[in-house]
Amino acid sequence: MPSLDGPGIIGLDIGSRSIELVLLEGTQVVYQAKLPTTFDPLAQCRRLLEGLPPARIVATGYGRKLLLENLKHHRVTAITEIQAYASGAHHLYPGVRTVLDIGGQDTKAISLSEAGKVAKFEMNDRCAAGTGKFLEFMATALQVPLEDFGGFALTADRRIQINSMCTVFAESEATSLMARGERPANIALGLHLAIVQRTLAMLRRVGVVAPVLFAGGVAHNPCVQTMLEEHLGMPVIVPDQPDLVGALGAALHGGRSRRPTQTETAAAS
Amino acid sequence: MPTPYDKMWNELNLDLAAHEGLLQVLGKFYGDIYLTQEGRLKGMEYLDFVLSEVHGLRIKELQEAKAQGKKVIGTFCVFVPEELSLAADAIQVGLCAGAEIGKEAAEKVLPRNTCALIKSFVGFKIARLCPYIESCDLVVGETTCDGKKKAYEIFADYAPVYVMEIPQMKQACDRDLWKAEIMRFKAELERVTGNTITAARLKEAIKLVNARRAVLQRLNRLRAVAPAPISGRDALLINQISFYDDPVRFTQKIGELCDELEQKIKAGQGVAPAATPRLMLSGCPMAVPNWKLPFVVESSGAVIVGEESCIGARNTRDLVDESGDTLEAMLEAIALRYMRIDCACFTPNTERLEHIVDMARDLKADGVIHYGLSFCQPYAIEAFKVEKALTAAGIPMLSIETDYSMEDVEQLKTRVEAFVEMLHLG
Repeated sequence: MPSLDGPGIIGLDIGSRSIELVLLEGTQVVYQAKLPTTFDPLAQCRRLLEGLPPARIVATGYGRKLLLENLKHHRVTAITEIQAYASGAHHLYPGVRTVLDIGGQDTKAISLSEAGKVAKFEMNDRCAAGTGKFLEFMATALQVPLEDFGGFALTADRRIQINSMCTVFAESEATSLMARGERPANIALGLHLAIVQRTLAMLRRVGVVAPVLFAGGVAHNPCVQTMLEEHLGMPVIVPDQPDLVGALGAALHGGRSRRPTQTETAAAS
Repeated sequence: MPTPYDKMWNELNLDLAAHEGLLQVLGKFYGDIYLTQEGRLKGMEYLDFVLSEVHGLRIKELQEAKAQGKKVIGTFCVFVPEELSLAADAIQVGLCAGAEIGKEAAEKVLPRNTCALIKSFVGFKIARLCPYIESCDLVVGETTCDGKKKAYEIFADYAPVYVMEIPQMKQACDRDLWKAEIMRFKAELERVTGNTITAARLKEAIKLVNARRAVLQRLNRLRAVAPAPISGRDALLINQISFYDDPVRFTQKIGELCDELEQKIKAGQGVAPAATPRLMLSGCPMAVPNWKLPFVVESSGAVIVGEESCIGARNTRDLVDESGDTLEAMLEAIALRYMRIDCACFTPNTERLEHIVDMARDLKADGVIHYGLSFCQPYAIEAFKVEKALTAAGIPMLSIETDYSMEDVEQLKTRVEAFVEMLHLG
């Protein structure tokens, strides 16, 4: 195992569904990779790190502690997804004031100061309603591949309202709509609208200031983007690789002047 | 495993097997959250001991007192005037309601969407897990919120319940109502204990309870120093134990602990480096053994420097005026003191907003975490006003709503860590 610092910094975003890696030299991305999280995220992280030059690692995402505890030969620090997405978004689009990240099981709405610092944030609590997991469930229920689900919803010819945000209840609501002969595309649009409504409530709590950047895996979904833009009445920036923003932000964070992070500050414990 | 207390617990009609399970969980929890702390105060040994004997030695003391004819009064709220219970020669204990263990039992008689604190005290009783409830000759409820108010009706099927009406506004007529409630409670205590509350006894009781509040005020003032001389967990524990320990002994022990804190402060020693972000908690009470959020916060690189809560400053901020000599003057002073409590059950409740901002400034808090129990409407709604007041004062706030379960700990960690990062990097 390499233990010395190389010139690069690795950002690793261990999410509930996928793990992204970005290798930075300075502020240049020199390498990036992605793997599904699976049931063994640590093994997947090791696979991603294989063959890479020695580098400091900044971990983020729900699995960040796993790396801190297990990759003892590396110099690992950790930051939260909120900080990571904020840093990544500010780097890609320096004027960005609002960041929305919808991942596999969490949604975060972040308001940034003009200087790009986190000013306020909202995050869903224990329930994964309205996140990528919700879309995944619903795509399966409607037998549409997940990556086509947004495009499919955009072919709807009428808007119906799905009232429930709970994955279980929404599925039974969708089932009864199907039993009534509703077009699957219309149901899909209704499900997307439900996500967008919930997301808007979080965005409004932090205060929506343009420009807005939408990242995380769900930002690949064109229907969520379209509906967000329609409801916000403003364009929403989706970066080319929206799911890499967290890993990028983590790596950038490690490259900044070395201020202590939560894992380095001696806690009161 | 047999313990010297099994006979006592059996006589108190506890479910011994389930109770042993509770003590094991509590012991493990305490070990993980408390005993792992480094550089703790020597004075905390007393609190470790008291907590390790929470259902043992203290219950034995209560039984011995009962054998001599003393009565035990249980409470769930800082509105119940302990001065009166002590003046009637009774022992008052705050019943804890901070564990999830009786939840299933409670959900047989309460709706699921009831706050964790209410479910806890009902569950403790129905599942026969709490030797304090079982020792009580009277359990005093109050009408602070609809959930508690209605739950006491159900609780009354299982325990000797007496309910005090807490006004919800602070007008002259509300003060009259509260004064009348104090008189009614006095009469009830005299009935239950068979003792008459005299001016001399009440004067003594007022001094005793004031002394305990004063020592906790002293503790809170010492926490304004950076580096923080005591962890938030330990300070919370001290406040929690103040509700059931013997008041004379407790006051003396915490006085000694404060002396030790002063030594540490003089030596510039703290539990965390001076640059550690300082957070204040505000909102719902955290009853024993609800240490979930403090542990998450202090494992995220921050230190807690104050609790704006019923198990914290709300219970200790005001003293009863000691100048009165007649029974009437003292009862009036008690009524006035308790009407100053800034519980979210009052409308309007602007003094709480002022207290939070002042307290955060006095304690040099970098941020405030507002803690609401799920389904606690008064605090959930007031959180919006608190945030507005703090924002105006330039103090960031994070609003958390949670309960006693552990299922959301990871999400809580992410939010708390992000808040600490924000304060650190901002």
